[in-house]
Amino acid sequence: MADVASLSPGAEALRRGATGPSGPKPRHVLSRRNIFLYGTLIVVALYYLLPLYVMIVTSLKGMPEIRLGNIFSPPVEITFEPWVKAWATACTGLNCDGLSRGFWNSVRITVPSVILSIAIASVNGYALANWRFKGADTFFIILIVGAFIPYQVMIYPIVIILREIGIYGSLTGLVIVHSIFGMPILTLLFRNYFTSMPEELFRAARVDGAGFWGIYLRIMLPMSLPIFVVAIILQVTGIWNDFLFGVVYTRPDTYPMTVQLNNIVNSVQGVKEYNVNMAATILTGLVPLIVYFVSGKLFVRGIAAGAVKG
Amino acid sequence: MSNSERPNQLFRNLNAKIASIPMVLTALVVFVGGTAWTVLYSFTNSKLLPRLNFVGLDQYHRLWSTSRWLVSIENLLIYGVISLVFSLVIGFLLAALLDQKIRFEDTFRTIFLYPFALSFIVTGLVWQWLLNPDFGVQRVVRDLGWTSFSFDPLYNSSIVIYGISIAALWQGTGLIMCLMLAGLRGIDEDIWKAARVDGIPAWKTYLFIIIPMMRPVFITTLVIIAAGIVKVYDLVVAQTSGGPGIASEVPAKYVYDYMFFAQNLGQGFAASTMMLLSVVIVIVPWAYLEFGGKKRG
Repeated sequence: MADVASLSPGAEALRRGATGPSGPKPRHVLSRRNIFLYGTLIVVALYYLLPLYVMIVTSLKGMPEIRLGNIFSPPVEITFEPWVKAWATACTGLNCDGLSRGFWNSVRITVPSVILSIAIASVNGYALANWRFKGADTFFIILIVGAFIPYQVMIYPIVIILREIGIYGSLTGLVIVHSIFGMPILTLLFRNYFTSMPEELFRAARVDGAGFWGIYLRIMLPMSLPIFVVAIILQVTGIWNDFLFGVVYTRPDTYPMTVQLNNIVNSVQGVKEYNVNMAATILTGLVPLIVYFVSGKLFVRGIAAGAVKG
Repeated sequence: MSNSERPNQLFRNLNAKIASIPMVLTALVVFVGGTAWTVLYSFTNSKLLPRLNFVGLDQYHRLWSTSRWLVSIENLLIYGVISLVFSLVIGFLLAALLDQKIRFEDTFRTIFLYPFALSFIVTGLVWQWLLNPDFGVQRVVRDLGWTSFSFDPLYNSSIVIYGISIAALWQGTGLIMCLMLAGLRGIDEDIWKAARVDGIPAWKTYLFIIIPMMRPVFITTLVIIAAGIVKVYDLVVAQTSGGPGIASEVPAKYVYDYMFFAQNLGQGFAASTMMLLSVVIVIVPWAYLEFGGKKRG
């Protein structure tokens, strides 16, 4: 691609010309400015890619090679054994069934949490946008301000509440916690989206006799798929990557993948197997990475919204 | 919305009220109730279980005379300044570079942002490996012939917090870049044209025209970075577990350890209340600037 680009300055000029009559002097593709610009970008990009590269090559080496060699050198002899071990037999404490346990726990936590939190927040955002009642905005403001309170302030009272209900330590408890803390940002997201929808649409449906749920299910839901996708991306990555809630609200046998990964890598007993550790690290990062690379621009939209969460 | 007056106020718009029950419960019970509860119990001498046995400010006196807490605060300040300065500067520079109508912009943006998709645990573990003195960067440079080269931030208690900051910046600058890029794209093209006509060099245009115009973006970004700084926890747990010794402890970890390991709830509550206080100090002026004054945005 780069060669083609440098061979056709005509096409380059054409492209620049198309964006507006801004360029008076024709620029050469290999100008000093371009070398500096692309040079800097490529160096920075390499820096950002380096950890991913090191993770992958380390996970494909055997331990003797790691001890002798250079972390940046590609593997001489590729082995997938660390991956198998990380997935199936790596130990945390007494459990020796690898990260697979954490993976399935994370799936069992993430799927219901994403569905529940989005269901609650979308209906709530819809109520706030189209069916405002007295006092609704007060609660909404409290909710948004609450998003800035450090979680550490609220974790213990929630432990007590969950213990009283009898679901402390269970996956159900953690799902509820994720739904609670996902609520501010998601409600904001949906409220703003529904508010921006044409008012006439809602009025017409009202005239036709549709009620609260009817309008939500038949009109709002089908028309707001993009925002649902953004919300799903935001929640899947957020909940999958969570560590604090996982470690506080679950027991060792229901630990999510991040907690188990940390326990495998940072366990003090036994010989350190760096290749297994790196394979386990990649495995844990794989789900959000896939979400990221598949979703592209929507991910950016999601994080721009989710960033408010801090 | 529906303005038709009905006799019973409570049952008007009932479905919307039912739909808002989770929000009301979360806002009142968890956010307001939970916060008030923690602040209240921070004035008690609760140990293993929360008890309403008030001891005034004793927990706070103890907190501020515990060396581990003081180290945590110092680390948070260093980490905070580094995060703020470098993520703003690097994020803005990267965004400015990407805004030069370059080719492969999407590719570069994808590369700069992908670490943000990874959890702090994964980030911490990768950088623990890269900064490992026996195998990582230090060893590679020594193998090249510079045998006295020393770069082991995670094992040197005086610089460990900088080692953590390196990982945090790698993970987080992509987000700042994205926000800045959105801000730059929001600047009217005519401003650039006018500056070019007047013969103002690009760097001067950025420094004296574009950046002041992006003030709202900078403020939002600042709040986002600040909120992230106070919460830093998993990264430290994964990368150093607070070590060597207590050299890389942070307040969030102090809270967790005192609540769930040291069984000294009162200390945990007092420490978390201090965290809340620090957020209030950051957020209130911002909220005042953003929503209090007349100049919106």
